[in-house]
Amino acid sequence: MDLRRFIPLLVVVAIVAVFFRMMDGERNPREIKSVLVGAEAPALKLPALYEGAPTLTKAALAGDKPMVVNFFASWCVPCRAEHENLMRLAARGDVVMIGIAYKDEPARARAFLEELGNPFSLTGTDLDGRAAIDWGVSGVPETFLISKDGVISYRHWGPIVGDSYDLRLLPELRKLQ
Amino acid sequence: MIRLFAFLWMVVFSAAAYGVAVDEKPLADPAKEAIARELMKEIRCLVCQNQSIEDSNADLAKDLRMVVRERVALGDTPDNVRAYLVDRYGDWVLLEPPVNQSTWLLWASPFLFLALVGVGIATARRKRETEAPLSAEEEARLKKLLEGDDA
Repeated sequence: MDLRRFIPLLVVVAIVAVFFRMMDGERNPREIKSVLVGAEAPALKLPALYEGAPTLTKAALAGDKPMVVNFFASWCVPCRAEHENLMRLAARGDVVMIGIAYKDEPARARAFLEELGNPFSLTGTDLDGRAAIDWGVSGVPETFLISKDGVISYRHWGPIVGDSYDLRLLPELRKLQ
Repeated sequence: MIRLFAFLWMVVFSAAAYGVAVDEKPLADPAKEAIARELMKEIRCLVCQNQSIEDSNADLAKDLRMVVRERVALGDTPDNVRAYLVDRYGDWVLLEPPVNQSTWLLWASPFLFLALVGVGIATARRKRETEAPLSAEEEARLKKLLEGDDA
């Protein structure tokens, strides 16, 4: 029997398999992989959101706990949606939470945190969005996980909502502990 | 009169179409501004994704235009500016993907496809040429058929 007659069938099966893979619910074609994953966290020097609080520098990005750096803004609706999960993350107590207000007036960002709760132990104000560019951020919210030695291990693109807290963020965090 | 007015109206407001994106302060040095403008056409806006930062009105595109002008003003070559952005956003920030380990297949694919078609055509031809001649029996049957006899 000529096996070549099965070639078209194999091609169709392969194409269908590719389509099925593309339909995977976790896959977001608009998401761009961060080149910073696996690299040392970029330099940082931002005034704190609160007067009298220390300036946020790269030195803060290494310590005895993994760190979470979250870019947020009071004008950003998805940030509001994910905030609950940031609070849960902070309540664990095993990470240092750092919040950077992206293009947001400090007073408004403070009011946002007052309303929804403040999960951050350190804050920074990125008024002109330049720090966000250094971090390869394309929009808020974006969240970075940083190991104790200051290397970015995971970047969460978009809000941490639905099951992405349990299925994506927590497993990545566990890897750091 | 109305027509003239309408025409002028259109002319005046069509200018807005050109003034959308590159609205910020250009660099004082026209040569450097030209370099920056050329670069902006090559840089992808990360928000609108299929527009260059030159075309885009997104906030981030505006910021990236500022960065490009700033780097050029500081004396960076276009390659340096590209590298600066690729360090932060990856190759994706360039509208035209560079040839490297992960993209060589992409760049080579049209040529591979062409080669494949060439091979296909060549084999099909060879097959036709090497078709065996008719045997004596087949020849006789063909002759019969052509003569209109019922076989």
